[in-house]
Amino acid sequence: MAGPVITARDLSLTFETADGPVYALSNVQLDVEEGEFVSFIGPSGCGKTTLLRVIADLEQATSGTITVNGMTPDQARRARAYGYVFQAPALFAWRTVEKNVALPLEVMGVADAASRIKRNLELVNLLGFEKKYPWQLSGGMQQRVSIARALAFDPKLLLMDEPFGALDEIVRDKLNQQLLSLWDATKKTVIFVTHSIQEAVFLSTKIVVMSPRPGRIIDVIETKFPRGRTLDIRETPEFLKVAHRVREGLRAGRSYED
Amino acid sequence: MKTEARGSFVPVAAISLIILVIWYAMTVPMNAVVADSKIAAAGGGLANTIEVSWSLARPVLPAPHQVAIEFWNTVFGVAPWKVKSLVYHAWVTLSSTLLGFVLGTLLGIVLAVAIVHVRSLQKSLLPWIIASQTVPILAIAPMVIVVLGSVGLTGLLPKSLISMYLCFFPVTIGMVKGLNSPEPMQLDLMRTYHASAWDVLRKLRLPASVPFLFASLKVAIAIALVGAIVGELPTGAIAGIGARLLNGSYYGQTIQIWAALFAAAFMAATLVWFVGVADRVTARLMGARP
Ligand SMILES: Nc1ncnc2c1ncn2[C@@H]1O[C@H](COP(=O)(O)OP(=O)(O)OP(=O)(O)O)[C@@H](O)[C@H]1O
Ligand SMILES: [Mg+2]
Repeated sequence: MAGPVITARDLSLTFETADGPVYALSNVQLDVEEGEFVSFIGPSGCGKTTLLRVIADLEQATSGTITVNGMTPDQARRARAYGYVFQAPALFAWRTVEKNVALPLEVMGVADAASRIKRNLELVNLLGFEKKYPWQLSGGMQQRVSIARALAFDPKLLLMDEPFGALDEIVRDKLNQQLLSLWDATKKTVIFVTHSIQEAVFLSTKIVVMSPRPGRIIDVIETKFPRGRTLDIRETPEFLKVAHRVREGLRAGRSYED
Repeated sequence: MKTEARGSFVPVAAISLIILVIWYAMTVPMNAVVADSKIAAAGGGLANTIEVSWSLARPVLPAPHQVAIEFWNTVFGVAPWKVKSLVYHAWVTLSSTLLGFVLGTLLGIVLAVAIVHVRSLQKSLLPWIIASQTVPILAIAPMVIVVLGSVGLTGLLPKSLISMYLCFFPVTIGMVKGLNSPEPMQLDLMRTYHASAWDVLRKLRLPASVPFLFASLKVAIAIALVGAIVGELPTGAIAGIGARLLNGSYYGQTIQIWAALFAAAFMAATLVWFVGVADRVTARLMGARP
C-alpha cells in the first residue's frame, strides 16, 4: 500500500461543555507512515485519547483535515481498517474469553474463527483460559484478552490507548517485548498512547509529545533503534538521550500551564 | 442455602403464629352481629362464644381453620375438572395470566427496542405509555371485555389482554434502562467494528439487559395475575379466581372468598418464585459471578 497511513493537517477539536469550550486538540499536524510504531505521550488531559478517537472516527474534528489510509476516518472505519484497544478492557461479561475474542469475527463474518482465536490467545499467553469468564481473570489478563480481540481480525493498523496502564512494571516489560516482536513480525502500523517515557522510547520509531490546554503536539522525535531491539537498549546513551528530550518536552509543556 | 432457610424459619413461624392468634381473636367481635343471638340461645359464656363465632356458615370474618378446610376440600376433595374445584378456577386464571404475561412481555420488549433505537419515540411514545398506566384498570377492564365480546372475542383472550395491558409497562421501563446499560466504551467498540444496529442489539444491548428484564418480570407476573382476576369480574364470568370471588360475594360465601384469596396469593408467590429461579438459571448460563 502506497502513501501515508495517517495525515492530519491543522486538526482541531473543541468540546462545547456547560462551563465553556474545552480545546482538546489544537492545530495538530501528524504523519504516520506504514509500518511505523508511533507513541503519543503527554500529561493527563492533553488530548491523546481524543486524537486516537478522531483517527478511529469515534470523535469528529471541529476543523482541519485528517485521512486514514487515504480515506476519511468514517470510510476507514467502514472498511474496518483498524483494531482499537481501549483504556479499559471493555469485555462482555456474559462471554467467555474465547467468545470475547470471537466478537469481531462474528460481526465481520470472518472465516476460520477457531484458529484465529487460538493463535491470538497464544500470542497474549492466555491459552488454557478460553472458557473463563472475565470476572475470573486479573485486570492484566483482561487487558490481554482485549488485545487478542483487537488482533483477531488482523487489522493493518492498531490503535492502542494505554493498554498496559494498569499493569505492573514486570508484566508491562514482558508485554512490551511481545508487542514489539508482533509489530516486527507482522509489519503492522501501531499508534500507542502512554504515560511512560521508558515505554514510549523503547517501543517507538516516532514519539509524539503532547501538552494540554490547548491539547497540541509540541515535539515529534524519530528514534533510530533497530526493529529487533531488546530491553538492554534502555541502558544505552542513545536511549537516555531520547528519553531526556521527551522529558524536556513534557516539562516545557507543563511550564506553559503555570 | 440450607442455613439461610433454617435461619428464616423461626421468625417466619413466629409471625405466622401471631397473625393466627390475632385472626382468631378478631373473629369474635367481627362476627358479633350474626353470632350474638345464637350465643345467647346456646346459653352464653366464653366456650359458647368461641364455638359459635368459629363455626358460622356465613361469618363476616371466617376463622382460619374454616378457610383451611374449605381450601383443602375444594383443592383436594373435588376432581380438578369440576366447577366446584378451586384447582379448576386457579387453572382458568393461570392460563390467562400466562398468556397475558407472555404477550405483555413481548410488547414491552418491542416497545423498549423501538424507544431505544428511534430517538424521537422516547419523547413521543413514553408519555403515552406512562399515561396508559394512570387509567384505573377497574374502569377500562369492563369496556375491553364488553367491546371485545361484541365482536365475538370471549373467554381467554380478553382477560389476557387486560393482563398484558398491565404488565407490558414495567417490562418497557426496565428494558429501556437495560438496553441503554452497556458502557459507552462497549458501544464504541461495536462502532469500531462497523457493526450493524442489529448486531449491536443482539450481541450487546439484549444480553446486557437480561438482569433488568428479570427484575421487571417479577413485577409483571404478579400484576398479570391481578389483571386476569380483574378481567374475570365485570362479565360475571363463571370460571376463574375472579369469578369465585364475585360468586362468593353475591351469596355471602365469605369462606369461599377467603379460600380464593389464599389461592390467588399462593399462585402469585409461586409465579414470582418461578421467575426468580429462571433469573438465577439464566444468570448461571450467562456466566455471572455466583
Ligand atoms: N466527551 C467529552 N466532552 C467534553 N470534554 C471532553 C470529552 N472528552 C474529553 N474531554 C476533554 O478533553 C481533554 C482531553 O481529553 P483526553 O481524554 O483526550 O485526554 P488524555 O490525554 O487521553 O488524558 P489521560 O492521559 O488522562 O487519558 C480533557 O480536558 C477532557 O476533559
Ligand atoms: Mg486518555
